Amino acid sequence: MKSRTLPQPLAQLHAREHALAEQHFQGRFDRRSWLRLAGLGGLAWLTPAAELLARRAEAAPAQPAQSIIFLWLSGGPSQLETFAPHPNTRIAAGSRAIRTSVPGLLIDQHYPRLAELMHHVSLVRSVVSKEGDHERGAYMVKTGYRPNPTVVHPSIGAICCHQLPVGNTHIPRHVSILPDAWPGHGGLLGAEYDAFKTYDPLGPVPDIEARVPEPRLEKRFQDLDVLERSFARGRERQAQSTLHGLLVQRARTMMTTEQIKAFDVSEEPAELRARYGETPFGRGCLAARRLIEQGVRCVEVTLAGWDTHANNHQQHAALAGTLDPALATLLADLKERELLSRTVVICTGEFGRTPKVNGLEGRDHWPHGFTVLLAGGGLRAGIALGETDPEGGQQVVRPVSVPAIHATVLTALGIDPQHEEISAIGRPIKFSEGEPLPELLAGTG
Amino acid sequence: MWKRNLLFALVAAAGLLALAGSLAPTRPPLPRDGAPLAAQQDVAFRTTLTRLNQAFREAWQQAGIKPAPRADELTVIRRLSLALEGTIPSLEELRQFEERPAQDRLNWWLAGIFADVRHHDYLAERLARAYVGTKGGPFVLYRRRRFVSWLADELAANRPYDQLVRRLIASNGLWTSTPAVNFLTVTIVPDNEQGVNERELAARVARAFLAKRIDCAECHDHPFDRWKQADFEGLAAFFGQAENSLRGIQDDPKAVFEVEEPETKSRRRVEPRVPYRAELVPAEGTLRERLAGWVTHPQNKEFSRAIVNRVWNLMFGRPLVEPVDDVRLDQQVLPAMDILAEDFAQHGFNLRRLILLIAASEVFQLDSRSDPADPAHQITPEHEALWAVFPITRLRPEQVVGAISQASRLETISSQSHILVKLKRLADQQGFLQRYGDAGEEELEPHGGTIPQRLLMMNGEIVRDNTRENLLANAATQIAVLASKPQRAVETAFLCVLTRRPTPEEFEHFSARLRQGDGNMAARMEDLYWALFNCSEFSWNH
Repeated sequence: MKSRTLPQPLAQLHAREHALAEQHFQGRFDRRSWLRLAGLGGLAWLTPAAELLARRAEAAPAQPAQSIIFLWLSGGPSQLETFAPHPNTRIAAGSRAIRTSVPGLLIDQHYPRLAELMHHVSLVRSVVSKEGDHERGAYMVKTGYRPNPTVVHPSIGAICCHQLPVGNTHIPRHVSILPDAWPGHGGLLGAEYDAFKTYDPLGPVPDIEARVPEPRLEKRFQDLDVLERSFARGRERQAQSTLHGLLVQRARTMMTTEQIKAFDVSEEPAELRARYGETPFGRGCLAARRLIEQGVRCVEVTLAGWDTHANNHQQHAALAGTLDPALATLLADLKERELLSRTVVICTGEFGRTPKVNGLEGRDHWPHGFTVLLAGGGLRAGIALGETDPEGGQQVVRPVSVPAIHATVLTALGIDPQHEEISAIGRPIKFSEGEPLPELLAGTG
Repeated sequence: MWKRNLLFALVAAAGLLALAGSLAPTRPPLPRDGAPLAAQQDVAFRTTLTRLNQAFREAWQQAGIKPAPRADELTVIRRLSLALEGTIPSLEELRQFEERPAQDRLNWWLAGIFADVRHHDYLAERLARAYVGTKGGPFVLYRRRRFVSWLADELAANRPYDQLVRRLIASNGLWTSTPAVNFLTVTIVPDNEQGVNERELAARVARAFLAKRIDCAECHDHPFDRWKQADFEGLAAFFGQAENSLRGIQDDPKAVFEVEEPETKSRRRVEPRVPYRAELVPAEGTLRERLAGWVTHPQNKEFSRAIVNRVWNLMFGRPLVEPVDDVRLDQQVLPAMDILAEDFAQHGFNLRRLILLIAASEVFQLDSRSDPADPAHQITPEHEALWAVFPITRLRPEQVVGAISQASRLETISSQSHILVKLKRLADQQGFLQRYGDAGEEELEPHGGTIPQRLLMMNGEIVRDNTRENLLANAATQIAVLASKPQRAVETAFLCVLTRRPTPEEFEHFSARLRQGDGNMAARMEDLYWALFNCSEFSWNH
């Protein structure tokens, strides 16, 4: 019989997180100290070794990214009416494209504001998966793995929280704004890495505010102490190992911290809010920026409604009216605040949609070639990788797997995709089984 | 036009009348009768029980440890209701319980549980998680709710467990009219035309029915267990003839199971083969019938061990062997495992008998703390390893919300309850699980919960809504109004929420609280309920 695993005290968890943090920044520190060394030498610049070092420091991103903002287009957006148009072909079925700030790169006509910022963005237009069902597709794209009954793989945001330091962040570090049925989850890393679910930032953050005034709350906590004393009697050690008291304390900290205001976008200038768009999703994107400023590791913002089995063009145009201002303003805002280089922005859904338009003028599920938009985090920008077939076939140029996207983003975050965690059935599971995309990691954007 | 309006008015009036009718007289509670259970506890039953108790006592003696004292009765019935119904006893039930003569209380309590739809539904859901998981699965081809309610019906009829499993593995037909086949159709991936997934089914059968984690051998030989890749493929081949058609799942006797070599892409035929004790495979029947015959064979000890471990886990919150679905072929197990497994196989694979045996055992009725009469008595990790103390385990999310709903009513919420009460409970449950999280298939909860869960309990809508001043709906307010004096109110609230009476210290503290302040008893009771809902004792089984 195996011995029972007792819950690891939170303090220990913290120690582990800090150790990881040190590891994480080791690389940066090394490069900096090399540079300083070279600089101090003055004449040392003349030596070939110093030159080599300096060049390496230039080539590598100054420091790995710190956070992810994941714009989740729930339902599966059409690649043709978003970021991989094929204008003037049969499969376009009348959809038009516009030029962007990157010469030769076209996107759908309903994204004029994003078009101006295309030099900050990269598109992977040839992502392929085998999952054409919403639940399975969402799992695939968020975790980088196909669903498997024996293990629940962690979402990329959970990995990010697990690997990067906690720092001084007292609010949830994995947040899902306007979640659909399948927000990011910790899976084998544990439920503490599940995304904290919250809704339109106009409303209050759920469950954060006490229901009674402070003096009455204080009395309630005194009452709680009486009950905890009774429970611990005769089982001090076991009661301690439940961590219940510690969690209550940390929850109370979260209720009182100033950082919680990051959820509240009403503090932002009206002009900026208008640029993001006065929609739940636009406000969600603005809240996402405020949250990562507080050290939140992953914010998922969901825009639902892309499952356009009927009236595809019309519905996509309407959704673009929400997505275009929110996404473009988010990128510009991050850039302006010098946050873009340390934030990876991902925008995609669970799959694409069929090149063939169906009888209801809709498009159906199509995992055989869809687009993932990436920006920031030191990833190369201004390029479009891969291509779908203008005739509507399943063959794509430079097919890219979902795990490869995960490996790329993890690498940008300074996390080793090959790192293994042990699943409940004792099977080692890598963070990602894909290879990072060299085209996107090749230089700073 | 007026005709249609009149018709509408009539329909509406009839609806209102029906509602009022079901509001007025509450039906009497289900009759509970412990006598038939007592009759089942024959000589063989008592012999097994004695062996079980003896086995644990010997182990404690050898290790030189003194077990925890016996738990009080209310603690034991709280455990039973949580384990078997996913909720806590109501005040109404507690009062009835305490009126029974002492010797038949346990049987009387269990008889009530076995007859209760809440038990069938809860057990069905727990088992379904092991059988088909929690995912939505393929649209149209898979009906999870249909499957769970079929399972609940089978459990209500106390179908012998071997028959139940044979139906799961070997049934043919449509997922709607033969709900058992959902066990197969859940593995179909829409759009890929490959039908049922033989490999996933092999993994499920091994884990759910035999507690074998053969899945590790899916791609390579198991690194530290005996399983070879050929074992896995051989088991999968038993599902090679199951085809999905317009008539649902059917067998195609001509079909053969092939696997593709990942490197050469060449296809290789695989013959059905069981990984051990091949002599138990019946000679007759379809491939799936033969597999089902082997899995459920009375001499296939692994089958009985697997369900014993699962039911033990259900009752204690912790299995005899961890994890619950990984009992190795050659594993050294505590004698209790085989004592129960043998009794199960010899007495018609009767799940209720198994539950009854565990509930009646000494270990199930031990306290979860040290002996208060003996200051030197300490509970050590060795006590926990040898079951010399009842384990403290975190309640599953559905148990927590079930307990919140029940504690907020004085009368029992059951299938007999008014439709509005049941609807409210359902709505509460869904809203709560959405924020608290759902444990999914995960049986073990080694982690101590999460901060958002604590926030939900402290500040969430459901706790607030079920405790605030509302004389019609909430027990907290009703107690505030009806209790003759503060001590009485405190005692009733403790019984409703924690299924126990307060200690002297608690009596004193909370009675004083109720007397204090502005005389707003309802608000003071809301505070008391808040503290009771938020303490460790409420969220943990003990």
